[in-house]
Amino acid sequence: MIVFDQVQKSYQVDGRAIPALHPTDMTIETGEVFGIVGHSGAGKSTLVRLINLLEPPTGGDILIDGENITRYNAAELRAFRRKVGMIFQHFNLLSSKTVSDNIAFPMKLAGIYSKTEIRERVQELLARVSLTDHATKYPSQLSGGQKQRVGIARALACRPTILLCDEATSALDPQTTQSVLRLLAEINKELGLTIVLITHEMDVVRRVCDRVAVMDAGRVVEMGAVSDVFLHPKHPTTRDFVFESESIDSEEMQEDLQKANGRILRLTFKGEATYQPLLGSVARASGVDFSILSGRIDHIKDTPYGQLTLSLIGGDLELAMSALEGADVHVEVVL
Amino acid sequence: MEALLSNVDWPEIGIASWDTLVMVGMSLLFSVLAGLPIGVLLFLTGKRQLLEQPVAYAVLSFVVNVLRSVPFIILLIVMIPFTVMLIGTSLGVAGAIPPLVAGGAPFFARLVETSLREVDRGIIEATQAMGANVRQIIFGALLPEALPGIIAGITVTAITLVSYAAMSGVIGGGGLGDLAIRFGYQRFQTDVMVITVALLVIFVQVLQMAGDRLVLYFSRK
Repeated sequence: MIVFDQVQKSYQVDGRAIPALHPTDMTIETGEVFGIVGHSGAGKSTLVRLINLLEPPTGGDILIDGENITRYNAAELRAFRRKVGMIFQHFNLLSSKTVSDNIAFPMKLAGIYSKTEIRERVQELLARVSLTDHATKYPSQLSGGQKQRVGIARALACRPTILLCDEATSALDPQTTQSVLRLLAEINKELGLTIVLITHEMDVVRRVCDRVAVMDAGRVVEMGAVSDVFLHPKHPTTRDFVFESESIDSEEMQEDLQKANGRILRLTFKGEATYQPLLGSVARASGVDFSILSGRIDHIKDTPYGQLTLSLIGGDLELAMSALEGADVHVEVVL
Repeated sequence: MEALLSNVDWPEIGIASWDTLVMVGMSLLFSVLAGLPIGVLLFLTGKRQLLEQPVAYAVLSFVVNVLRSVPFIILLIVMIPFTVMLIGTSLGVAGAIPPLVAGGAPFFARLVETSLREVDRGIIEATQAMGANVRQIIFGALLPEALPGIIAGITVTAITLVSYAAMSGVIGGGGLGDLAIRFGYQRFQTDVMVITVALLVIFVQVLQMAGDRLVLYFSRK
């Protein structure tokens, strides 16, 4: 468990303190995939680097499994860092070392593993990230997705309990992003590793994260289960992110809604309700007519969900709404 | 043909070439041995680096700049008392080596500093995140990553030392430069001058080619 207790960070620029992270409380549970989303400059890079003290905080305490890591001396800190893997947007592999040597590097640095241990572990990790055939290649001979898989293998070498991902998919194309995210989800499940992931893409959060924190200007403005934050965003920044990920232009949408007739509702289904033929039966029972203005059916991690914007005309509106709510559908009146 | 190169004493040329080789080789060795740690220190103590130390950086940088701003011909003369103290003579091949190192080491140190700065900061950060200490970051990540740049730096330094070594002929340093000055310049033996210059050109070409090949071999980018 990672606990932030009033953690803050500011930088000294020309003698003035510029805050990068305002005092923040946050708890990340063991074994969860925790996403931190925000625009560039929102402080998410700083936040993730506080967890392995690449950036020391200027105030507050960081407790990891009950230990206050801000009090560690240099040797304790180095030992601690071996238990926290990290992967990067630009991979940061050593160009002078082969794939195998890159993966072996953290184990060699630790100085507590025998040669055979290192060799076996490297083989095992190469297999896990499906790069066995590329063991003797140099990073420059690999594609972006392969480089990131080397990065993941390297981060796992010393069997960490936490994996930090700094915009790990931002330099990758959509397909490669998918495969890297799938690999991260697999690692999380099989190794029970806690993953903290920062990104500026809500889609990444939607695919792999259990919980999410939204950052804006050095503050966490919204935090909660991904399905809650994603389907019912409260803060304007969060809304921007959700709309962005669904390619919705919020002004355009407002205009479209103005043109529509009747009462406009936004329905949100989650889980099994997504697959039920609900609308037809509700329409028949209540006598309302409906037209679909926009809609989307997708997954949040493993949970299916649907979100529909409808305009309803005629019939018994009250009855329709209560029938929908009775079927576990979240109903929001838009206009 | 005989008449054309009538003044050329081939055994003498052979000895002079060997002397140049020894001067350049020895001074290059010591320049690298001294310049590499200075370059690493310059890098590490620099702004926003691992061991940021503004005062140490300023002092080191100042010393390096002073040695680099003195024209080599002056450095040769200024170094004479120090050279005599160090190895008993300021003449010949041995006497030329201390001033050559004094000129070569700071030059190479700057080249090392520059090639270390070229290493992606992300690699340093990643190595730190693995729990490496400063020594491990230097030897495990920084130097291997900067190796092609450092080899290119050694090549440039070697070539600079060839011309410095030739200059040391002025104060009796020996080698091809000495030959060129004593025979080619002072006795107007143009043929000797031409031969020594040709040999120096070949020497520099060979150094550059060898250096380029090594850089290519160690480049993985």
